[in-house]
Amino acid sequence: MAAVQDGPMELDAEKEAKPEILSDGTSNLSGNTASGTLSSSPLTAAPAGGAPKMEDQQTLIAVLQFLKRNKLSESVEILRREAGLGEHQEGSQATDGSGGGKGDGDGGDANSLLSRVSITSAAAPQSMPVKSDCIINIFRCDLPFMFMLSEDQPDVSVVLSAYSQQGDPPLYQVYYSGLKNFIESVLDCHRAELSQLFYPLFVHMYLELVYNNHETEAKAFFDKFSGDQECYYQDDLHILCGLTKKEHLKGNEVLLDFRTSRFVLHISRDSYQLLKRHLQERHNNQIWNIIQEHLYIDIFDGMPRSKSQIDSMSGSLAGEAKREVNKAKVFYGLLKEPEIEVPLDDEDDEAENEEGKPKKKKTKKDSLGSKSKKQDPNAPQQNRIPLPELKDSDKLDKIMYMKESTKRIRLGPENLPSICFYTFLNAFQGLTAVDFTDDSSLLAGGFADSTVRVWSVTPKKLRKVKSAGELNVIEKESDDVLERIMDEKTASESKILHGHSGPVYGVSFSPDRNYLLSSSEDGTVRLWSLQTFTCLVGYKGHNYPVWDTHFSPFGYYFVSGGHDRVARLWATDHYQPLRIFAGHLADVTCTRFHPNSNYVATGSTDRTVRLWDVLNANCVRILTGHKGPIHSLAFSPNGKFLASGSTDGRVLLWDIGHGLMIGELKGHTDTIYALKFSRDGEILASGSMDNTVRLWDSMKAFDEVETDDFTATTGHIHLPDNSQELLLGMYHSKSTPVTHLHFTRRNLLLAAGAYNSQ
Amino acid sequence: SSSQSGMTEREERRFAEVPRESIKLMAESSGVELSEEVAALLAEDVCYRLREATQNSSQFMRHAKRRKLSVEDLNRALRWSNTETICGYGAQDALPFRPLKEGELFFVEDREINLVELALATNIPKGCAETMVRVHVSYLDGKGNLEPQGTVPTAVQSLSEDLLKYYQQITRAILGEDPHLMKVALLDLQSNSKIAALLPYFVYVISGVKSVSHDLDQLNRLLHMVKSLVQNPYLYLGSYVRSLVSSVMYCILEPLAASINPLNDHWTLRDYAALLLSHIFWTHGDLVSGLYHQILLSLQKVLSDPVRPLCSHYGAVVGLHALGWKAVERVLYPHLPAYWANLQAVLDDYSVSNAQVKADGHKVYGAILVAVERLLKMKALSLTLAAEGSGAGLPGTTTGAVGFRENSPGLSPPPEPLSEPPLGIASHLQAGGAGCPWEEWTPVSLPAMYCELYSFFGDSLAVRFSTGPPLGGATPPGPCQPLEGRKEPASSAPNLENTRKMPQLTASMNISPRRDGSPRSPLSSSSRPGRSTSQSRDIFPKARFPLPQAGPPAFSFIIGGRQMGRRCQGRRFQTSFTPTPPLTTHPPRAYAHKLPVIGRVSKPVRRWTCSHYSLHLPL
Repeated sequence: MAAVQDGPMELDAEKEAKPEILSDGTSNLSGNTASGTLSSSPLTAAPAGGAPKMEDQQTLIAVLQFLKRNKLSESVEILRREAGLGEHQEGSQATDGSGGGKGDGDGGDANSLLSRVSITSAAAPQSMPVKSDCIINIFRCDLPFMFMLSEDQPDVSVVLSAYSQQGDPPLYQVYYSGLKNFIESVLDCHRAELSQLFYPLFVHMYLELVYNNHETEAKAFFDKFSGDQECYYQDDLHILCGLTKKEHLKGNEVLLDFRTSRFVLHISRDSYQLLKRHLQERHNNQIWNIIQEHLYIDIFDGMPRSKSQIDSMSGSLAGEAKREVNKAKVFYGLLKEPEIEVPLDDEDDEAENEEGKPKKKKTKKDSLGSKSKKQDPNAPQQNRIPLPELKDSDKLDKIMYMKESTKRIRLGPENLPSICFYTFLNAFQGLTAVDFTDDSSLLAGGFADSTVRVWSVTPKKLRKVKSAGELNVIEKESDDVLERIMDEKTASESKILHGHSGPVYGVSFSPDRNYLLSSSEDGTVRLWSLQTFTCLVGYKGHNYPVWDTHFSPFGYYFVSGGHDRVARLWATDHYQPLRIFAGHLADVTCTRFHPNSNYVATGSTDRTVRLWDVLNANCVRILTGHKGPIHSLAFSPNGKFLASGSTDGRVLLWDIGHGLMIGELKGHTDTIYALKFSRDGEILASGSMDNTVRLWDSMKAFDEVETDDFTATTGHIHLPDNSQELLLGMYHSKSTPVTHLHFTRRNLLLAAGAYNSQ
Repeated sequence: SSSQSGMTEREERRFAEVPRESIKLMAESSGVELSEEVAALLAEDVCYRLREATQNSSQFMRHAKRRKLSVEDLNRALRWSNTETICGYGAQDALPFRPLKEGELFFVEDREINLVELALATNIPKGCAETMVRVHVSYLDGKGNLEPQGTVPTAVQSLSEDLLKYYQQITRAILGEDPHLMKVALLDLQSNSKIAALLPYFVYVISGVKSVSHDLDQLNRLLHMVKSLVQNPYLYLGSYVRSLVSSVMYCILEPLAASINPLNDHWTLRDYAALLLSHIFWTHGDLVSGLYHQILLSLQKVLSDPVRPLCSHYGAVVGLHALGWKAVERVLYPHLPAYWANLQAVLDDYSVSNAQVKADGHKVYGAILVAVERLLKMKALSLTLAAEGSGAGLPGTTTGAVGFRENSPGLSPPPEPLSEPPLGIASHLQAGGAGCPWEEWTPVSLPAMYCELYSFFGDSLAVRFSTGPPLGGATPPGPCQPLEGRKEPASSAPNLENTRKMPQLTASMNISPRRDGSPRSPLSSSSRPGRSTSQSRDIFPKARFPLPQAGPPAFSFIIGGRQMGRRCQGRRFQTSFTPTPPLTTHPPRAYAHKLPVIGRVSKPVRRWTCSHYSLHLPL
């Protein structure tokens, strides 16, 4: 379909300028229609001639194209020979001359050239089809972050320049309505699928008009067709609507997002053939070009999808996920519990006290259990990600955990947890983040006044370690040395940690309760010691607000995500990130570690959830379906499922292994800021800005999904609308948005939020 | 330009627009003349930039988990886009945006603030309260419903409108002026079956005793509220017993602000509170484990604290007395020698400045005397019973307890709140925690006890007892009183007198005149039997303390509650003690009208306030 003419010279020039971009591109020869991966082709260099010569050339090319359109191929040949035009030049002119700017690598020149070219091309509109389309595929979606980060004007211009190619502005409406009429006239089964085209086409056409200064036409176009778009795109349309000037396009993040990735559509082969035939018949090249350039059509064999199936998966900024992306194997199983039997027995021998006996029993049980339990086939290798060694204190904590687990209440639809609400009073400064320790002994709050406060929720008060001088005096051999190092004078119920210079948007305790992480608007993540209550490290790297941070369940590693659209993996003893997870098209709003610490989930303003492999920083899952920014994530305790909550008030449940949406929980009326599975995973609790805590029957939600082979391969699911059945309870707080949820080891639900008097 | 305006119109529906005119005005104000075209372009750009900033700032709002966009959010968005921030709009309050009709102008009202006034203002604004965390627990049953109200008062539960109204009315009535209304309210509080949910609120109101310690009247009312709650058969007090007990104990033990003025009769209040305490203890003591021990401990602490004022000591004594003779035996009696020295010092001081304190000392003296008397009597009785009834146990005890239980739910107060089943106390003591001071207590034999007490009180003790010869008491055995006679059948001990010649209870009215050598006889003693009055008055000078014959300013105290200053003839101290009925099964009325109540001549004693001594609350 897409006939590509590679100009070798220009390609070389391009490679010099942006090698990393082009190296990623793949050239497809014409006729390769089935694949959505169309082609990447070079940007063309500036015409050989200077500016005055250009107009002649333009005219010549226009004539050539006219001849081509009318299939006067011989005349074309003759004219070309006579004019001394290379085929590639024609192609380059036909597409756009913007690449010329790139060749120089000079921003100012690029811009001037750019505008000149677009003006000329506007003067000689090419409404006729060009056989030899040059598809400009500048960016692959794997690499957009480079452009997010660099604010070089040339790059932005390059992005925008893709819009220079255009038809007759007033005809845009005709093109669009032509397609609309066609889609509306096709069979029902295809209509839903093809309707997916509306939104990306609409946006790209609108932007093209704006970019080429056809303000009036752009507005008219917007007015006429914005109403047809799906309601979940309202927010984006709102932003688009305000965008009426070419100047505004530069630096507009949403636009960049849109441009830097191809909008992905899943369309069945039948529907696609239908569309292709229609566009060929009508010679509707304008539309076709946009489809080729900006859309990625993932064609599948089989039944076309229904409207509800499509709606459940769409809504993200860049369309759906390519199926191939979610094909990667994810080791979602849990790691084998460390064998703490032997050291435990030693401990028992050492301290043969009253607790010795129960300890032994517990360990035996556990060791038996772990022996009988085979290694989870879905679990990653134990040392796939190097994990920190267990310290003695960790082992003790594990024992405590096991003890508590035996007293755990088995939850279920008939047995709901009691809820304990921690209300922050007098939080005038604004509570922005909350976290509990796993053993529910400490509570941390991040505030908009840059402070982090830590409370003890047990009668045990918080104490600092004594000063160095005092510590020297202590007898280090004594049994209670750990008690002796604490300064009793500093005992208090809460401690305030000062250090950030902006609102603290995320806090996370380390599993061993020795550290606390906080991420802030000031672009840093800070590590605090809970022994001395001082800041130990400031991790710099995001440079923009850091929206969230989360400790690995094994400690040592942590992940952070922020406004710079990347998530970073850190280790506490490295001041630079170990991995950068880049791919989100907008801010990374929340980050969570998988229970086996091999994966990281991130939620973003681009309305997708992504799962990243910690080992190689690859994106292994892209989960689409949310219609608003995602603000909460929770892994199920068995590692198989993921829940995500967004501003649209819906919770979506995902099967990580298959990369499929398996449930939708509707009910909340405002942003969901907190999600948590009960310790055994039977109950999912969600907390929202609408001042409610809702409990959902997650067991039922997971059980009811049958993920057969067909579903797994096509990725088409049919979700039952059973939110009401799954909702087990709804509990109102008193004018207190729910900021955080936590299940104690015995399955008591703790909720936290700041009382809002207004 | 026409299309421009058309677009503006369209956009107006979607966004707020900054019109060209505004741009021109702003430019003019900074001295720049703008052409129509430039203004239009600028206006559009300004709108776009504003929208962009707003959209960016909404992200900060979302991450701050707020619904309201703040100036700070906008400033953050501006800062991150390298734009100057807007200062001066950080206030939390909404800024009034006012129109000016004449000029079609809108502006933010920005009033001038007089800093001097602000600085010198007397009402200095308080600092922000400390940020803190409060916990609310919602207990869910299996079905996910909140637990029914009442059981978990802290649970989030809203009182129904009616209950709230009831609560307001009742508290208003009880704490208000109208005595009739109060009675009605108290009665209702005592019998209403639907107020379980309000219990914590009432308990809270009652805990307000500490804030009204200057107002005897209010204290009284609150104590009555306690009584009504305690007597309400439909209320399960649960752990609130502790709170109620602490409120009552407060009234018994604390040096109330009302005590400063000697004209205030706080003694009666303490007596009543002590009565109430024993009532709560006997009826609800089982709800809180260790309550008895706690009460005893705190009473003992007060008693052994010499710094405490005498009125506190008085409270401790009547409290112990109210808890029963075992309590007196184990706490007061062993402590008496030590305490006596202090009391004596007070009573021996005749200086004018000490007058008030001395008067108080006499109150304590009297209270101790009463307590000790009953101790002796009850001990004697228990010995008798123990001697005669081997397997029968203590019938008086059981009947007393049963009788009380039967009566307690009714409207009328229990006739014998002070009925004391010795077994009950003993069991409590046994159940008590280790390390209690009275744990190592060894029983003192009755004669030894009597001897020791006699050494303190002398004849004032003796006159109340017809003691046997072995005790060597100066008092001859008194005639058997009707009370005594009544006791016998009840205790099923017909051979009591034969088997034992132990000290027995007599209210030997005929003895007291004989002992009374004092020239000063109380007003009332002549007209009434009044033995106790005269005795107590006499005993002091005779046995221990020579009372000054004619001291200046004279007050006469009558424990009954009325305190009067009559006849400036000297300091007089009257105690009015009625003898303890030996058996608790007797309805109080049976003896109440027969026994004289000194100090309360005209008024008949209320049934339910009657106790072993007439230190009751006049109501």
